[in-house]
Amino acid sequence: MTDLTDLGIAAIRDGVRAGTFSAREVASAFNDAVAAAKPLNAFLVETPDHALAAADAADAARAAGDAPRPMAGVPIGMKDLFCTRGVQSAAASRILAGFKPEYESTVSQKLWDAGAGMLGKLNMDQFAMGSSNETSYFGNVVSPWRRSDGGNADLAPGGSSGGSSAAVAARIAPGATGTDTGGSIRQPAAFTGISGIKPTYGRCSRWGVIAFASSLDQAGPMARDVRDCAIMLEAMAGFDAKDATSLDLPVPQWEAGLNASLKGKRVGIPREYRVEAMPREIDALWQQGVEWLRDAGAEIVEVSLPHTKYALPAYYIIAPAEASSNLARYDGVRYGLRDLPDGANLQEMYARTRAEGFGDEVKRRILIGTYVLSAGFYDAYYTQAQKVRTLIAQDFERAWAQCDVLLTPTAPSAAFALGEKSADPIAMYLNDVFTVPSSLAGLPAMSVPGGVDAAGLPLGLQIIGKALDEQGVLNAALAIEERAGFVARPGRWW
Amino acid sequence: MSVDTHTVRRIAALARIAITEEDAARLAPELGAILGFIEQLGEVDTAGVAPMTAVIPNHLRLRDDVVTDGGIRDRVLANAPQAEHGFFTVPKVIE
Repeated sequence: MTDLTDLGIAAIRDGVRAGTFSAREVASAFNDAVAAAKPLNAFLVETPDHALAAADAADAARAAGDAPRPMAGVPIGMKDLFCTRGVQSAAASRILAGFKPEYESTVSQKLWDAGAGMLGKLNMDQFAMGSSNETSYFGNVVSPWRRSDGGNADLAPGGSSGGSSAAVAARIAPGATGTDTGGSIRQPAAFTGISGIKPTYGRCSRWGVIAFASSLDQAGPMARDVRDCAIMLEAMAGFDAKDATSLDLPVPQWEAGLNASLKGKRVGIPREYRVEAMPREIDALWQQGVEWLRDAGAEIVEVSLPHTKYALPAYYIIAPAEASSNLARYDGVRYGLRDLPDGANLQEMYARTRAEGFGDEVKRRILIGTYVLSAGFYDAYYTQAQKVRTLIAQDFERAWAQCDVLLTPTAPSAAFALGEKSADPIAMYLNDVFTVPSSLAGLPAMSVPGGVDAAGLPLGLQIIGKALDEQGVLNAALAIEERAGFVARPGRWW
Repeated sequence: MSVDTHTVRRIAALARIAITEEDAARLAPELGAILGFIEQLGEVDTAGVAPMTAVIPNHLRLRDDVVTDGGIRDRVLANAPQAEHGFFTVPKVIE
């Protein structure tokens, strides 16, 4: 029999439905794979019993002849940003270490309702702040990939959903939740050769998702291919009265709507995404992507998004500003760490708790956010950034008059070595140069693997779509996936 | 943009994060570099442009003003670093 951990979400779902194998066999195989993959440091908490209980429920439902649920028998990894009742939800931070929520996030509840089980909580950049998974309080996640040039450096799995990307790429989970604020689903997906989609802002409830930047945060699936992403996104999305920004719209049947023919579709190539010093391999893959989409029947048009260069600086005002506000709740009173030295007063308790509980990158962003929101600077920084955000959204609106989706690279490089960029915050921020503009505009966007670089590391292509057109994004990604024939996978060294 | 250690200490106080003199000396150039990077936004002509308030047009919904999940005191307090007699506790704030 094939190794069950080689199967993705659709194959597991179909196999369980057909009785080819039991859900318990699947859950056991993945539980064992998780337990054997400690060197990756992808899981912070393992929950094998949760996965087995969901599997047993799926097997029992099948035996009873009940209608199968959409993800029955599929065990998944849950990013540590999602609150899961009774299971530590720490956003990979010290300040929330040991926090066991008394409630379940809407997205995770929807996945359990769809029949999925939880393998465990996945490591991430602390409070989702980072592009390399080097800011977790619980240590770096190591990518399962190695360069083929003999160098044995530990590579970054991308961030902030690096535990999710590493787990899916290493075949220790068939799918995982991610969250994307400025690219935190797409960039790690590109770095590890998997697929991931950030849906339109508001498609997935943010209720119970530990907040970073509320006007940007959006959950989405990370999985081995486009179909698996469509299945999982259907299970995650939907209106939630508990999130005031949740969109009150029905969830489309994205899997049933998959269609790789792009006849009659126009694909835009934004000329401003040709950044200086982009590796030739990235540019070559982008050109190859153009050819693949043309082959799928699309017409290719060049478009202009003139404010692209200002997206990153706008993001690094807006996201820290919202973070400084959201993270004000960590004060040592209601939950999490408290540092109360003898004789300290309330203000000293707050300041010491936050100094001890937050990591360097989190503090850096809170301080930047506090600065740009402080008296005298608010209009020059924050209001100006929100105006630029309007211009960026208008750029996309104008582009949609000429095309249906956009094709760009996902990241400006392949995965880099851990430690290589951590000393320079701005060099690290530049990793998100292609993913941030669509985040600011709230648009659906997906990364799909396109090929490998000279060192054998995966490279991703990004499809950006109109608001609410996840189907168009998934279909263009599927057209690339079918033509790219990406089969590279990391050799097992852990 | 140059940021001095006095500014860093002021911002840290506003953010309720304790920092040492060493932290302030290290953070000043770091924050200066980041602020220098984001200052390029000043180049953009935004005259007549409305600041974005909602990324996707959506109407703000209001809930009925009723308690829907009361009676769960112990669950609310379950993760408190220190709770006594059914309350969150903090250091004395009134002499």
